[in-house]
Amino acid sequence: MEDSTDILSIRNVYKVFGDDPDTAMKMLDKGASKDEIFEKTGQTVGVFDASFTVKKGEIFVIMGLSGSGKSTMVRLLNRLIEPTSGTIELKGKNITALGDEDLLDVRRKEMSMVFQSFALMPHMSVIENSAFGLEISGVEKKERDKRALEALEQVGLGEHAASYPHQLSGGMQQRVGLARALTNDPTILLMDEAFSALDPLIRYEMQGELIRLQKEQERTIVFISHDLDEAIRIGDRIAIMEGGRVIQIGTPKEIMSNPENEYVETFFKGVDVSKFLMAQDIASQNIGLVIDRQTSVVPATFTNQTFAYLLDDKKKLQGILPLSEHDRSANISALLSKQIMQYKSVYDDAMVKSIVNIVAEAPYPVPVVKKDGTFCGVISKDLLLQTLSHG
Amino acid sequence: MSEFSLLDPFQYLSLPLGEWVESILNYLVQNFRGFFRAIRWPIDQVLDVSETILQTIPPMIGILLSSLLGWQLAGRKMGVFCAITLFFLGLIGVWSESMTTLSLVLTSLFFCVVFGIPLGILSARSDRIERTVRPVLDAMQTLPAFVYLVPVVMLFGIGNVPGVLVTIVFALPPLVRLTNLGIRQVPEDKIEAARAFGCTPKQMLYKVQLPLATPTIMAGVNQTLMLSLSMVVIASMISVGGLGQMVLRGIGRLDMGLATVGGVGLVLLAIFLDRLTQAIGERSSSENPLHWYETGPVGFFVRRYRSMHSK
Repeated sequence: MEDSTDILSIRNVYKVFGDDPDTAMKMLDKGASKDEIFEKTGQTVGVFDASFTVKKGEIFVIMGLSGSGKSTMVRLLNRLIEPTSGTIELKGKNITALGDEDLLDVRRKEMSMVFQSFALMPHMSVIENSAFGLEISGVEKKERDKRALEALEQVGLGEHAASYPHQLSGGMQQRVGLARALTNDPTILLMDEAFSALDPLIRYEMQGELIRLQKEQERTIVFISHDLDEAIRIGDRIAIMEGGRVIQIGTPKEIMSNPENEYVETFFKGVDVSKFLMAQDIASQNIGLVIDRQTSVVPATFTNQTFAYLLDDKKKLQGILPLSEHDRSANISALLSKQIMQYKSVYDDAMVKSIVNIVAEAPYPVPVVKKDGTFCGVISKDLLLQTLSHG
Repeated sequence: MSEFSLLDPFQYLSLPLGEWVESILNYLVQNFRGFFRAIRWPIDQVLDVSETILQTIPPMIGILLSSLLGWQLAGRKMGVFCAITLFFLGLIGVWSESMTTLSLVLTSLFFCVVFGIPLGILSARSDRIERTVRPVLDAMQTLPAFVYLVPVVMLFGIGNVPGVLVTIVFALPPLVRLTNLGIRQVPEDKIEAARAFGCTPKQMLYKVQLPLATPTIMAGVNQTLMLSLSMVVIASMISVGGLGQMVLRGIGRLDMGLATVGGVGLVLLAIFLDRLTQAIGERSSSENPLHWYETGPVGFFVRRYRSMHSK
């Protein structure tokens, strides 16, 4: 996502809950802490100086435990909750300064929301629910039914259009919730713990669904979650919130390898790294003997190596040679004349989780290659075990 | 009497509330007669229309129509039930009186709905309005009807129209309260979702709040009907006709037969109206997947029509 641009930027946003936010804001300016303010004024600071940007086409996950202000944060974006101060810009347009009419327009066209509790209308059928946003915008029934049906088909509920929400299971209800948001064709999809109320299997399935939809239409999604596994699975970038502050923003890997503080570190403790590390992240160039035809450089010593990886002049993997005891004294041309063996390789973007079996079963360290065959390195059993034991 | 005592100051201190009310009332009667006559007019019109219709329909047609209505609104069983109740009303010889009472009750219901539901909506939207309205409703419900029967007679005269008026006073509060409650009880997440999709306050009311509050509002309608029926007997003291009149005459002449017939008539009418409105309320809350035109006698004919045309 290197070429993508910022679509939503949040700058110095504060939210103080209570009847006297001004006093609290003044205290905040003087550097008072959240607890201090609560003690002295009874005002609760919901969001504290939040600044971040969301890029076009990414899934941006806001993570935190309950009470960290993440649900408040997402509601500030479409001003279901009014920010106390700060600016929120959508495509360069200042949302915080909009009048009522324009704000309704933003909610109708630019941002749609999916709720933890589904929040479907019980008196409307599935298709009516799905078309709710368009109905509110005054789109004609024929047109909105057509678009609602398209959205329902995208989430696999085309046949249930005439059903009522109470006739559907929880997972299906949330699909309706998702379809309702997609029908509007919003610029940004806000998902507030959208899958948290679902049981684990359905949740996993819905995450997969979201990833699939995202691949098809490249929407910008702000996803609120308290589940780290979920955040890592679907998130391009994660913002971690604690006590109303955004404490770290980055890709899962960045945060994992360089946690800002103890809170973040404990968050990531016990996380299954194999779920988000890819083969290329752990592949090593220092295992095995790499024979590169282009440079014709052969390491002087390869005493401890039992396998050689043969590359052609474009650094593409040609084969693996087993090295026996007396090969170690042999010269390079003798080596090259040997029969290459049958081998398996893995792609660079394969998740570590999915290659465990291959690495475990292969007698040789498994080579990692790009889609075009370029050699990236190898993964040995030792290396894999070390990776998995991390955290 | 003895001198002023702190322990019992009321020997000397008194608030002549009764006299005040009397003089205010006299003033009103003398100066605003026209205004109160004007209030009578709309009630008179509605009452006239409904009574004329109900009295001119022959009993058997009336029974047939109401059982069809029951079937349409609440299923076949309800249709049969309506027919039996009304048939029985006819059998005990109170058909005409029942229709008078029914028209009184429906007229007061009409005005209760016209004023009560908007008032309920307003008080659901503003806490301040709710705080002001609530004690008024309390007074309307708890003030003994006899207390305001006299001023009503002085201001409006006697007969069916003032009867409807006192009935409205007594029967309005539950509808306002339950409308208010129904709207306030709409789950917060639905409201939030509606806001998130850009609902204006008006859209919120018509597309979300009222539909979701319908079962509660229907319970209010049901209560209003029941209270109206019970008020009809008391209102007969100011010369309101119908079943209440029968009961009152029966008590006056110690004619137990007459009083009982009137009372049973009222009970039958009450059961009929209660079941019907409850069934409507349940129907509105049960998220029936069928449209109204797909059920009941209408649905029956619609299906007939469709199958004839599909051949």
